[in-house]
Formats: sequence, structure tokens, C-alpha cells
Amino acid sequence: MNENDEPRIGVFVCHCGVNIGSVVNVPEVVEYAKTLPNVVRAEGNLYTCSSEGLSKLKEAIKKFHINRVVVASCTPRTHEPLFRSACEEAGLNKYLFHMANIREQCSWVHPKDPKSATGKAKEIVKMAVAKAALLEPQTEPEIDVLPTALVIGGGVAGITAALSLANQKFNVHLVEKENELGGKLKELYKLYPSNNHASEILEEFVRAVRSNTNIKVHTSSTVRYTEGFIGNFKVTINHEGKDETLNTGTIIVATGADVLKPYGLYSYGESKNVLTQLEFEQTMKKGELGNPKNVVMIQCAGAREEKEGGRNYCSRICCAVAVKNALQIKELSPETEVYVLYRDMQTYGKEFEEQYRRARENSVQFIRYEVKLPPEIFARPDGELAVRVYDTLINANLELDADLVVLSTPLIQGKETEELSKILKVPLGSERFFFEAHVKLRPVDFATDGIFVCGTAHSPKTIPESIAQAYAAASRAGIPMALRRVRTEAITAFVNEDLCTGCGTCAMLCPYSAIRKDEQGIARVNDVLCKGCGVCSASCPEKAIKMKHFSDAQVLAEATAALGGA
Amino acid sequence: MHNRVLVVGGGIAGIQASLDLANRGIKVYLVEELPSIGGRMAQLDKTFPTLDCSICILAPKMIECLRHPNINLLTYSKVTEVKGEIGNFTAKIMKEPRYVDMEKCTGCGTCTEKCPVKVPNEFDMNLGSRKAIYMPFKQAVPLVATIDPNNCLYFTKGVCQICRKLCPSSAINFEQKPEEMVVNVSSIIVATGFDIFDPLVMSEYGYSRYKNVIHSMEFERIICASGPTGGHLVRPSDGKEPKSVAFIQCVGSRSQAGKIPYCSSVCCVYATKESILIKEHAPETEVYVLYIDLRAIGKGFQEFVDKSKKEYGVEYIKAHPGEISEDPISKNLQINYEDSQSSEMKRLTVDMVILCPALIPKKDNKKIAEIMGLELDKDGFFKSRDELTAPIDSNIPGIYVCGYCQSPKDIPESVAQASGAAARAAEATVCATTEAVQ
Repeated sequence: MNENDEPRIGVFVCHCGVNIGSVVNVPEVVEYAKTLPNVVRAEGNLYTCSSEGLSKLKEAIKKFHINRVVVASCTPRTHEPLFRSACEEAGLNKYLFHMANIREQCSWVHPKDPKSATGKAKEIVKMAVAKAALLEPQTEPEIDVLPTALVIGGGVAGITAALSLANQKFNVHLVEKENELGGKLKELYKLYPSNNHASEILEEFVRAVRSNTNIKVHTSSTVRYTEGFIGNFKVTINHEGKDETLNTGTIIVATGADVLKPYGLYSYGESKNVLTQLEFEQTMKKGELGNPKNVVMIQCAGAREEKEGGRNYCSRICCAVAVKNALQIKELSPETEVYVLYRDMQTYGKEFEEQYRRARENSVQFIRYEVKLPPEIFARPDGELAVRVYDTLINANLELDADLVVLSTPLIQGKETEELSKILKVPLGSERFFFEAHVKLRPVDFATDGIFVCGTAHSPKTIPESIAQAYAAASRAGIPMALRRVRTEAITAFVNEDLCTGCGTCAMLCPYSAIRKDEQGIARVNDVLCKGCGVCSASCPEKAIKMKHFSDAQVLAEATAALGGA
Repeated sequence: MHNRVLVVGGGIAGIQASLDLANRGIKVYLVEELPSIGGRMAQLDKTFPTLDCSICILAPKMIECLRHPNINLLTYSKVTEVKGEIGNFTAKIMKEPRYVDMEKCTGCGTCTEKCPVKVPNEFDMNLGSRKAIYMPFKQAVPLVATIDPNNCLYFTKGVCQICRKLCPSSAINFEQKPEEMVVNVSSIIVATGFDIFDPLVMSEYGYSRYKNVIHSMEFERIICASGPTGGHLVRPSDGKEPKSVAFIQCVGSRSQAGKIPYCSSVCCVYATKESILIKEHAPETEVYVLYIDLRAIGKGFQEFVDKSKKEYGVEYIKAHPGEISEDPISKNLQINYEDSQSSEMKRLTVDMVILCPALIPKKDNKKIAEIMGLELDKDGFFKSRDELTAPIDSNIPGIYVCGYCQSPKDIPESVAQASGAAARAAEATVCATTEAVQ
């Protein structure tokens, strides 16, 4: 069988259990597929993705000399790699495979109208067959990967990632914008559950980094710009006004988060006795707590706001931090009354719940307030601070004297996050933290190959959670560096030099900076950077740029089929 | 020095750890005690907060494990002995007999169709049935049949053998014996997952006494298109669609007195997801979530809860109910609770109640801990070397823990920790000396 021969198309229609089969009449679609041009075989499967379904697919390719394959099933997002490799195993170039989505685009959206859904499934299959007839084999170029990583951010996540990569025998550049490593760990007092001083733990981390010969630390340095691609990034960092370019194979973003300073809320900034939890940690760290009579903590200060444009996410760690600090106060100054005003106590998991219990046993007072009736800060006639809160348990207003008011404010995106996301061309999510490739199954990958994220730059999390995620980033970054090679996208743009006038529109629009003009003024595509998005091809006034696997002829064949043509 | 790793547990954590290692060229033995990998995630209908179909995003990874040249998939198997130290462990693995030749079985399903013995299907939380020879679910990996000797007529009464007669590949082998294999590995990753707290202990909620009180894992199977009711949400008592449903949080968890002290971390948000699924199936259904504290702590979770309230009209009631009673005729359920706003005793009558029980470490963890010399914490989770700074390392160098068996966590956290365990295991295999990884 040869792809240059006359197309011999095999169509495999999947029931996807009842997902498709209970709506679309699969046998009818199979019979219809058999009538389409170039189709030499059509069959139905309960689950084409099962081992059984895949072996049937491979057998059919061999038995019927199929040289183009269409699977009508679910989404290529999850299943295209599987079917493509099945084709490869049967001796076909994997780009001679095409997927028709009759689940998300048909059965799932038309569950109440099986007849029309079956008709639509037929049309989707018809389009796929029309395109399949014109498919051409493609190759995925392999490129070398430099076994060096760049870790941006020298907090606990960045340090952990750097150490793990160094232990995997890769070279690591660890870039920190401040003049010493440590990030937020530098500002914390004592840590749960070991009750160790943050400074002791930080010291151990820093010693491990400094003594590891595979790690080069760049403090007081920031990332200016990057170019290149997985395996071969060139990252320019600036150290005290001087630029230096580093060559790295992978990049890990571990730039952390900031703590919201809630100016305008709860008299923050107006009274020196209203602090954030982080500022309060420093008070304790400096031994300046003294023996206040009352400390009032207010949770969700500037978080979980139920208003338009508000910061509505839960910052995850603040309740546990408040409980920890409440217990610290009780340890340092047992006579102090501590009140925690909360909406929902987010002491999830095993340790925090136990700490919460311990705090209640140690007479820390937890008072629940409603979002509609938030606590108010006011001054007594003698000038002393007090907090008024509506306690939903006893249904009454309480007035609490407060020598200190401690606000649990959320972690928010770090200062340099927006700029770094532009420099690295990686996205931010709705909460303005870095946005991963898939929230469920790719928590530390970016959609861009070779760049990874960990720690609170990804979302608010605890130290052990940041550490676990940092190891994860070190694993993911370690994969291409261990192999020293990576396969890249085959579906890229290519330029017809005879037609290109060098207008530069494509280079200007390319979101991946994959197009440059050469000395002759002709557009050149960097195949590794190109993600095949097609913006250049669509915008080229001379129609000089074509997309592999999405040629005009292929797309037009699909469209013609959809519009009822042959 | 062996460039190999043993992974114990074939749920999403074990799968992710195995794939990360295999993809960088390290050989993996992936041991799963059940006939198929997939774990709990395979049983879920959709996942929060994106409402991805769970098996649809998991199945490609399961198949990748099966097909990966660097992964030796050992299902229906248990680790029985571990000796040695980081860089050089020897593990004995016992493979239970399936009484089916895996090489020959094509998963065609002739045997499972013709087998005359029906038994409750564990994968469907015993709500549907399977046969005495079975494949646990449609996307099972590997997709081969297994005979359950406790129910097979040949093993119990010496008769039948229909499967043997009908199998087109002659794959049935009643003589199969357990097989033992010994593997050498440089490190071990433990990812045994979780079990579900038995809600029978909370007798005040009437689980199993009242037909229309079910638990959330049963709900996942009922609402799933490939589940026992084909995805139709119906009440067990009369097969009718419920007009009102209430979820009860913290069943057994966050309590003392011999129950579960910790918070399971995922229930508030999965109940939100399940509420949305009900509303999507039947928008007119009244849905209530009764909770103590609403813990929507992950990325995008608070927004998900907001959406459930505003777009779907799910009602959240801050209350921990005292008891549930059943109307003997209608089989409807009355939930008695103290309203935390007004401190009044209130009643909520619904057609169906879904309990959200604590998720607990596997019972088998004790045995695994004994075999490997691992420490468990007081709740039965594997203990980390240092809970703050070394959450993935166990007390034994070279043995790493990830997923729910280390502490309560959701899928992305399990995936991250599993990749993290793969990094630690890679460090152990790459390093020439054990000191370097400490």
C-alpha cells in the first residue's frame, strides 16, 4: 500500500458505548459511509479506542489495503494520538489519518433528535472522507535538546525544581530578581507542622543550592527577553544593568505570588494596628508581638468577593495561616484573646483540620460572618480600635476590642507576572495566575513545549504543595532533556518563495514569532516555533503561505462536501 | 544500579508517574491489584471544574501505559515482598490467575455474554451486574476477561464451562496458577489511592435502610452514560426520576468519636459538580447541598460554586443534619437539621439523598507498609519523611508516595505529586550515589 496510490479510505464509526450509539444510528452511518467516493471499507465499533477496536482497525488497514483512515468518534484532543499511532503500527504515515467528531459535535448536542443527529453524523463523515482523500504524509522533524534548564524564581518552588533537576544531572540556571534566594520564605515566622523557623528551613535549602555544582545562581537578575524554542531557548537576563544570554533546553516559571495589601479595606493603611497576615508574621518574627489583650483576624479580606469585577477566588491557604498564627499568639502570649472572623473555614485535608480543632481547644474564638454583613472597623471614643461583627451563630452584633487587626488577604499575581507572560508567550488565567495546558491532567505544563510552571505562580498553595509541584515541573522538564531530543509539530506553514513579495504581514501577525524575513526579503518559517495556527496563511495577500495538512484544496473539499457538493 | 522503577497502584497517580518515567527512558513495572488499571478516576462521570468526561481524558493515558515499550503492566497482581535499599530493591510480585490466557484473549466479549452467572458489578458500586467471567468496564486496560472463581459454576460446582466451549481464541484456562515474579528496581513509587468510608456507620442517615439514600460514588455510576442505568438519574426505590435531591457533606469526616477526623478535601466541589450534572440532566430538579464549611479551595473552584448557584440554581444550606427519616409509602426522605442562620430546627423533604462520605486510605496500606517498612500516620495515610519539606519522600530512601494515599487531594494535585514522585525516582536512578539524592 502506498499513499501515492489511488486513495483507499477506511471509515470506522464508533458507538462510544452509549455516548454516540444511543443517539446516532451507527449502522446507518456505516452503510452510508460505504457509498462515499474512495471508501473501500466501513465498520462500526463499540469503542474504537479499546484494545479490541484498535486491533480491528489495524487488521482492516492491512486486509483491505487502506491508505487513508477516518475514525468517526470523539474528540481529537484526547484520541487523535492514539488512532494515529495505531495507523503507524499498521504501516501508515500517521498524517494519513483524519478524525470526524460525531460526539461533541453531534450526539452530545442533539440527544433529543436522533434522526437529525444521524443525518448530521453522515454529513460530518462525508466531509472527513472528502478531506481524507487529499491527505498527504507529513514528517515531524526531530531537534536536539540542550540538557540545561532555566528556573525563574528563587523561592521554595524554584529552589526545589532546581535541586531536583541538578540531581537528575542537568545544568541549571536559577534566576532570582532579589539579591538573595528565598522568596516569601524569608518573610515567614514559624511553619506548620514542624514548628520550625522558616529561616532554618531556608538556610538548609540555600546551602543545598550553593553546594550543588550543577546549579548556577543568578541573583539580582531578571529575564529581559527570550527567543528560540524547546531544546534551544536563548534567554537574556539582566544583572545590575548588564545583559547576559543563557542557552537552555527548558524553562520553569516559579515566580511566586504577592500578598494583597488591601488599601481601602478595613482601615488598612490608615491605622498602624491593622496588618496583613504576612506583616503580622514579621511582627512575631522580630519579637515585637508583646502582650496585646485582643487580636482580631478577618478572613477573606479582598477575596471571595461576590461582586462584579471582584476578586472572587478563594486563596486556599489563608484559613490555615490564620489558625497557625492564632496558635502562635497563644504560645507567645497565652493571655491574649484571639478572634478569627470567617465565612467558611477552609482547613482542608488532614493537618489543617486538626490544627483548627486544636485552636478551638486553645480558646481561639471563631466567629462566622455573612458576606452581606462584613465586619466593620471603628474607633472607640478613646481612640482604641474595635471591630463590629454580626455573629451568625447567635444572631447578634458583637463589638470586639482590637489591639491588633490582622487581615487574611489573598495571594495575587506577582508584580512581574504580566510582563513575564508576554516575554515567554505563555497565558494567564482569569485570576491572573499562569494558566496551565490542562487543569486536570497537565497541571504544570504550558501549552508551549518546553516551558513549565510551579508553585504559587500557578495558584495559591502551601509550601508542601509548592514543593510537590516543583518536583513535578522538574519531572516534566526532565523528560525532553533526558532524551536529548524532541519531535516537533509537522503541521506548519510553508512559503512559496516565488509568490512572496516580502510585505512582512505574516511576520508581524505570527503569535509565535516563528516568521522572519531573510536577506532577500523572503519570509522564512521556523518549523520548530511554528504551531500551525494558520494566521499567516489566512492573512498573506499573495496567498504565498500554505499550511501543511490544511491545504486550500483539503479545506475546500471539506467545505464543498458540507455544502452538498461531491 | 538498576534503571528501573516499581510503581504500585494503577490509578491516575500511578499512571502519571509511570508515563513520566517511561517517557524519559526508564523501565517501569506498574502493578495494579484489580484486573484493569484506571482506579477511581475511571469510575467518575465528569471531573470538576471543567466538566470533562473523566474516562475520556483518562482512557488515552491508560492505553498509553499498555502500549508503552518501557512499561510492563502487571494487573491483577500484588507486591508480596520488598528487600534492599535505594538503588537496589528486589520486589516479589504475585500475579493472580485470571483463568484466561492474556495472550490469546481478544476481549471479544463472547464469554461474558454467554456466561450464565450474574453477580453485582464492583465497578458500578454493585448497582449493575457483571458475569462470573467479566471485563470490569468497556474501556478496561488490558481488555481481557477474568474469571471470578468465587462465582464461576466450574469452580463452585464443577459444571458449565460454557466460556471454554465458546471462546473463539481458546483462551480459557481453568488450570492457571498464581505466578510469582521477581524484579530489581532502583526505586519504588507507592500510589494506592483511597477507599470510601462506609456510611452505614452513620446509622442516623439510613444508608441501606432507606433505598433512596445513596452515596456519591454510587451517584457517579448512576449519572454516567456507561453506568447501570445508562446515565438516567432514577431513584432506587421506584425507578422514577427524583424531583428533588439533597447532598450531605462530611458524612463521617471532620468528626471525632471513632470516625474520621480530617477533611477529605474534594467533596464540596465534587458535590457541586454532581449538582450541576443533575441540573443538566433535568433542569427542573431541586438540588440542595448541606454543608458545614464550603471548601472550594482549588483553582477555579470558587467560580465553579458561584456558577452552580447563579446559573444552575443549586441551593447551598449551611447545616449538618441530625438525622434522616423515610416516609414509608412514598419513600421520600425527610432531613432534620438546625438552620445555622436562625438556629431553628428545620425539615427538608426530598426524593433522594446523596451522602458524601469521607474518603479513607486503603486498608491494604497496612500490609504494604509492613512489606516495605513504611510508616503510616494515625489516619492510615503513608507518612512523608518531612510533611513540610519532603512531601513525596517516605521514611525509606528510594520509596516515594503520591496521590490520595499520602494525604487527601484532588486529581490535578495527585497528577502533580505523581510527576513529582517520578522526578524523585529519576534522581534515584540517575544518581551514582545514594547520598546525592538525600
